[in-house]
Amino acid sequence: MATLLKAVPEKTGRWVVEDRNKGVFKVAREAFVSDAIFEKERERIFDKCWLYLGHATELKEANDYLTRNVAGRELIFNRDRKGSYNAFFNVCPHRGAMVAREKCGSALGFKCFYHGWAFNNNGKFATRMGEGFYPEDFGKDGSVDLVRVPRLEEYRGFYFINFDEGAVSLEEYLADSREIIDLVADQSPNGMEIIGGGQQYSINANWKLLLENSFDGYHAEDTHATYFEYLSDYIGGAANDDLSAAKVESRAIDLKNGHAVIEGKAPWGRPIARTIPSWGEDGAADIRAARAELEARLGVEKAHRIADGDRNMGIFPSLVINDIMAITIRTFHPVSSGLIHVNAWAMGPVGEPRIQRKRRLDNFLEFLGPGGFATPDDVEALESAHRGYGNAKFAPWNDISRGLLKDQPTNFDEEQMRCFWREWARRMEDQ
Amino acid sequence: MTEVMMKPGAVTTEPVLNRSEYEDFLYHEAALLDAWRLDEWLELFVEGATYEVPTAGAPDDADSSESLFYIADDYFRLRHRIKRLNSKQAHSEWPRSKTLHTVTNVRILGAEADGVRVTSNFVTYRTKNDVTHTFVGRHYYVLRKTDDKLCIVSKRSMLDMDNLRPQGRVSIIV
Repeated sequence: MATLLKAVPEKTGRWVVEDRNKGVFKVAREAFVSDAIFEKERERIFDKCWLYLGHATELKEANDYLTRNVAGRELIFNRDRKGSYNAFFNVCPHRGAMVAREKCGSALGFKCFYHGWAFNNNGKFATRMGEGFYPEDFGKDGSVDLVRVPRLEEYRGFYFINFDEGAVSLEEYLADSREIIDLVADQSPNGMEIIGGGQQYSINANWKLLLENSFDGYHAEDTHATYFEYLSDYIGGAANDDLSAAKVESRAIDLKNGHAVIEGKAPWGRPIARTIPSWGEDGAADIRAARAELEARLGVEKAHRIADGDRNMGIFPSLVINDIMAITIRTFHPVSSGLIHVNAWAMGPVGEPRIQRKRRLDNFLEFLGPGGFATPDDVEALESAHRGYGNAKFAPWNDISRGLLKDQPTNFDEEQMRCFWREWARRMEDQ
Repeated sequence: MTEVMMKPGAVTTEPVLNRSEYEDFLYHEAALLDAWRLDEWLELFVEGATYEVPTAGAPDDADSSESLFYIADDYFRLRHRIKRLNSKQAHSEWPRSKTLHTVTNVRILGAEADGVRVTSNFVTYRTKNDVTHTFVGRHYYVLRKTDDKLCIVSKRSMLDMDNLRPQGRVSIIV
């Protein structure tokens, strides 16, 4: 019997279909709306992958702490008396109330308000019990310490957790995304920091829609026409022309393990090293100085990439680092198959002068966030798509084929999303 | 007689009006917003005015040069915000949401060189896609009388909320 060998493989899963012979890549809409799939994602993705917790600069001093919900779990991210970073489950070992109930602060320890059990900020049980109630050696074995999140590791100041004790190291997991993180972390000789005032909001849609949207160059011209109109007026030129030119020069890069980035050159100003006329001569001078500093420290080639490139990166499953008109760190957590909690921050150089910080934040707000000229329309699109997926039984497939057969897909193709979906399928589709 | 606090050393030529005049002005502003008469709403602002919405829970003296806001519009961006909201391509607000702006607890905080500081509490309801969301907080205005009309020199809306859940966005003028 002859075996029919295909030139290129077809991967047909239940939810993700890649058929290069036909040039088609499809994702089942069921994957967005099914509660059963969401439960499986919790087990196979959110309990197995490295998830972003926070940035080192959010805890400036020893004893600083903040509370944060990551993938549905209440956590404490803190520095102990020695200054070491920790991640604990925010739950009293005794009867389960949360031991830290403020958003952030400085604390030598945590005391549960329910029955008064107390813990040092390294998690150690530190409660004086009256005699006769518990054995003398109670808690000496660590059994009533605060429970640590199984893994906490950092790369260039970005702290991640993993609920799986046996996971590969963070660096191995991040794979080639490390190079793109470097392009952010290296932007200042003083280091980079999270700027005060995070944006926390919700979206009534499946979490994967937001990941796709966060590095989707294809939608920009249609969804964000009003932003580009504003931008043309602001920079005193035709932003749309520049956008068209960018289509030619851009590229999508597979960063492995489901991570991907799109890299190109957009018409907006970049606070790091690309000025626009409306920033005036002062702005131009600041940018020249920043660029000279980058070139001296990192060399011309890397300085050029940092300064001139715009990058939208998705780190599997739920972290976005977009280094565009400003830098946003955006992570999001599914509450259910149809509800996302989003946390977004702005990042900038430590010690950035006030006028430059203001330009950066203005750049951020004109596009990004719940009051920007673009993000609210993204939210509308995601919620609209999620409602549309209610028709999955009769209109079952999303098409993500754009640029599938190209040697080098651009920002305006959909290869970056396919990188995500191939990894999603690898973890979710039963072999 | 309205009791006002003067900052020590403040220079002002701005007369402080009766509270009811400010209340009438704020009710008028709310009515314009509810009717989506946004061009007329924009005309309430003097040139060079600012409009800000800091992140939920931010301190009252939050500074948009130091902290990330939701909205920190100078007059140029405010004009574009209205131009955008008037467009059918502002997808978040097309089809238009229904809004109801409620203004209460109006107080005169004091007179300054550029105008009189007036505050109110607010509850704003936004209905879109079959869901009604509520925004609560305080407005802080600097108001000035120009050509016999009250005008807005600055407006800052502080959201007395923990975050934008479940509201998701501030694409309307709160």
